[in-house]
Amino acid sequence: MSPMVRLRASRDIAHIHRGIMPTPFHSRSSRLNLNQQWSQWNGFASAVYYADPQLEYFATRNTCGVFDTSPMRKYRFAGSDAAAMLDRMVTRDVMAQPVDTVAYNVWCTDTGKVVDDGTLFRLGAEEFMLCCADPGYDWFCLAAVGFDAVAITDISEDLAALALQGPTSCALLKALGFAGIDQCKPFQVMRFPFGSGRLLVSRTGYTGDLGYELWVQPQDAELLWDELFTRGGVYGIQPMGDESLEMARVEAGFLAPDVDFHGSLHTVERGHDHSPLELGLGWILNFRKQHFSGRAALIAQKESGNYRRLLKLDIEGNKPAQHSILYADRKCATEIGYITSALWSPVVKANIAYGLVEAKYFGGQIWAEIYHQKELRWQRKVARCTRVTKPFWAPERAKLTPPPDC
Amino acid sequence: MTTRYDAIVIGAGHNGLTNAAYLAKGGLDVLVVEKNDYIGGAAVSRELHEGWIYSNCSYVCSLLRQSIHRDLDLTRHGLMIVPYAGTTNFSRNGDYIAEYTDQAMRYREVRRHSLRDADAMVRYETDLMRYAKLIRHFLLRTPADPTSFKPRDLAELVFMGKKFAGMGAEQVYEFIRFMTMSAGDFLDEYFENELVKALFSTSSIIGTALGVYSPGTAYVLLHHVMGDVDGAVGAWGLARGGMGAISNAIAGALREHGGEIRTGAPVQQIIVRNGRAVGVALDNGEEIRADIVVSNLDPKRTFTVIMDRNDIPADLRKKAEHFKIRGSSGKVNIALTGAPDFPSLPAGHPLRHGSFQFLDTMERMERAYDDWKHGRWSEDPFIEMTQSSMWDPTLAAPGHYFVSCFIQYCPAAVQGGWTPAKRDAFGKTVIDQICNYSPNFRDLIAHMEVRTPYEIEHEIGLTEGNIFQGELTIDQLMFNRPFPGYSQYRGPVKGMYLCGSGTHPGGGVSSACGANSAREILRDLRRPNVVPEDDVDE
Ligand SMILES: Cc1cc2nc3c(=O)[nH]c(=O)nc-3n(C[C@H](O)[C@H](O)[C@H](O)COP(=O)(O)OP(=O)(O)OC[C@H]3O[C@@H](n4cnc5c(N)ncnc54)[C@H](O)[C@@H]3O)c2cc1C
Repeated sequence: MSPMVRLRASRDIAHIHRGIMPTPFHSRSSRLNLNQQWSQWNGFASAVYYADPQLEYFATRNTCGVFDTSPMRKYRFAGSDAAAMLDRMVTRDVMAQPVDTVAYNVWCTDTGKVVDDGTLFRLGAEEFMLCCADPGYDWFCLAAVGFDAVAITDISEDLAALALQGPTSCALLKALGFAGIDQCKPFQVMRFPFGSGRLLVSRTGYTGDLGYELWVQPQDAELLWDELFTRGGVYGIQPMGDESLEMARVEAGFLAPDVDFHGSLHTVERGHDHSPLELGLGWILNFRKQHFSGRAALIAQKESGNYRRLLKLDIEGNKPAQHSILYADRKCATEIGYITSALWSPVVKANIAYGLVEAKYFGGQIWAEIYHQKELRWQRKVARCTRVTKPFWAPERAKLTPPPDC
Repeated sequence: MTTRYDAIVIGAGHNGLTNAAYLAKGGLDVLVVEKNDYIGGAAVSRELHEGWIYSNCSYVCSLLRQSIHRDLDLTRHGLMIVPYAGTTNFSRNGDYIAEYTDQAMRYREVRRHSLRDADAMVRYETDLMRYAKLIRHFLLRTPADPTSFKPRDLAELVFMGKKFAGMGAEQVYEFIRFMTMSAGDFLDEYFENELVKALFSTSSIIGTALGVYSPGTAYVLLHHVMGDVDGAVGAWGLARGGMGAISNAIAGALREHGGEIRTGAPVQQIIVRNGRAVGVALDNGEEIRADIVVSNLDPKRTFTVIMDRNDIPADLRKKAEHFKIRGSSGKVNIALTGAPDFPSLPAGHPLRHGSFQFLDTMERMERAYDDWKHGRWSEDPFIEMTQSSMWDPTLAAPGHYFVSCFIQYCPAAVQGGWTPAKRDAFGKTVIDQICNYSPNFRDLIAHMEVRTPYEIEHEIGLTEGNIFQGELTIDQLMFNRPFPGYSQYRGPVKGMYLCGSGTHPGGGVSSACGANSAREILRDLRRPNVVPEDDVDE
């Protein structure tokens, strides 16, 4: 039997016309993006820089910078099983997480490999929001197997978000009338009436400095941007793009997915994904929990001590060690790892990097083979690397409550 | 009168030509004898209607080994492979689902139909890619004989074992499951949306006399993503000038190395004396002598038609008779005088250049297969319609189009046998299906060539019209292809070899079978190897 086909006109179909979409702030951010430099993040246009990446970077360390984080993926977990389900999925103790707080987490496969990392917001006894860089709905559904009373919703497009980061960020929020914001502790959440609804503020960020993330409904996005930039002038506000954020996050000691680690679900080659221990995330593995995905594998790995280490490195000289291979000796005879992120840190005045080093070698000498250009001509140098255990940049103000005004 | 060569290759399919080119490059005096008046076998371009060039059989290219392309200098011999992309799958409700090449668009298009499936695509593609990367290591290698204790077989088994174990224990289990699974069950493990599953399922039954829910079809799916275009694994391309450009370029390389091709020269029999192949006898009675005789024909035809039953072991004859080589595909090549309307896709939409399919549920595919089981062509057939000329200006004049339609399912035999009238009725079923989605399609047809398995068999000699020279089921793959004990390209008598798609790594325009076979022949002759290793995933 020939099939019954009902033809539809093209105009009645929701065609995908392009791969790159505007965020709710685009009408504003595109005006400030002088050279229209955009990258693509989860299908949204994200500014590479607005006018001057160097200046934008210094705003997070000197005044305040605004980064549009709307392309982040956001998921709502609600229901009486939500806490228990998440507790099984992520590595930290969700049951004990107080309402109105945020916890940085990772979630792993049963073999202890990182699927993704993100921040888990507990917004009520039975309500959570999980923010991460990559789409994860399929994995969350898989992770919820056996839990019936949890509804998982992708709310990525229902919330617009800005990160406001830097020493004057609290002062600016106070000036905007968000009373009590100075009492907001790190990783705490507060709510304020705003526009047609409310503004959710969390004292979180990706720069390691004093800072907040502001979450609004998309219809109030432009209002939020306008208020920040109208009032923010005197507080030195700057929009910031990917380039400056990238510098700030490495200084702060944060990881970037698909830069410092390769998510397990899209890893084809064995060993190209990572355990949280390898990434230096042992501090968020709560082995007191009876179970979480990957627990057994991670305990075994921890006991063996036999795993690679993502190290923070301070490298001699001033040539960033981008794409470098690491060796155990100056002659570059024994290859022991590679650099994942590298830059010259303008505030610390150091040549900093992360390097993933084989288990056998992380305690010994580390040398980076660096290639750099002088007027097109390529130069090679081998530079000694020193391990650093603390973040490169961690100002006191980031932890103080109330924080200073600048 | 008899003439003499070092080697005779029977059949100028692309594998026969590849084999001959490497034998010639290895220093042998080689003759290719082809029954048709043109070369290429199932990789051929022909002008059946003035002004339109058809890729009569195969129509897209991904499996062709890049190292052979480079080694035989096929670009200089006129070959260019252009990446081709963008499959649109129309559904009966007037909508469609499309595979955009742009990552973000691809994601959003699937998300339009299912959020969960859009996110699950990463898992699916990663797992499939893992298997593809594994299999790719073995394409340009002779399968090990697992029962042999020869150092070479043992070394090959170790190589295989290493690649296999390199995936890690849990992936080894998954891979073994995968190899025996149906594509339907495999896709059900990742996706929830029928349209999404239908889109991904179609390559699992191409050329295969199985349904999407038949065990073994997951592998066929993999067979269609293990190729690449310039290292983009899973990508497909078009040969500029049609698929015949591939055969013609290989023939150019062959001639350059001193080889000869005789067309219009059907072989009646391989001549065997004292357990040795000594040459071939043509239909016209002419005999040509050579110490090496290579058959590009499928194994069944080779051992049941052009070899005398007294020249081969009875057991081999039995295996050949039972070789699974069921035909299930048809082909309709169409010359259009204008671009057809597809109301759901506006003119100028980038997807208008890609290929079209008309399948919204796997169940419809399964039903289409049911018809085949009953010896009928599918009433609601699956069609892959490739609009090659939108990418290739050499196939038709500007504003004219060559459209290639590949169809599942069409049986090798229908009740009462195939007749021209039944063939045309099959053609009409196909055009009717397209017209369901493109009302003006029929009005634009200037000419069409309808090919059932009957035409495919009678023209190219593919037994039952099976496009792969034998089905790609696990019992007929790797060291079991075509039969246990015969996977290393050597025939039952000295000096006789196989080089067609019926051997490892199987069907498709890959040149791998012909190249692997040439490597074995040169080895037996103790000549230096001139066949390249694969350069996959270095
Ligand atoms: C309709 C169709 C569509 C396909 N689509 C694709 C596709 O899109 N992409 C892809 O990669 N693959 C495709 N394939 C599969 C692919 O084309 C074949 O697997 C491949 O071309 C086979 O090549 P071969 O050299 O091994 O054998 P063949 O091409 O079969 O060559 C055998 C040759 O032997 C000759 N011959 C036969 N009998 C005699 C005799 N007695 N004497 C002398 N000569 C003889 C034949 O004429 C022929 O030239 C398709 C196949 C078909 C039939």
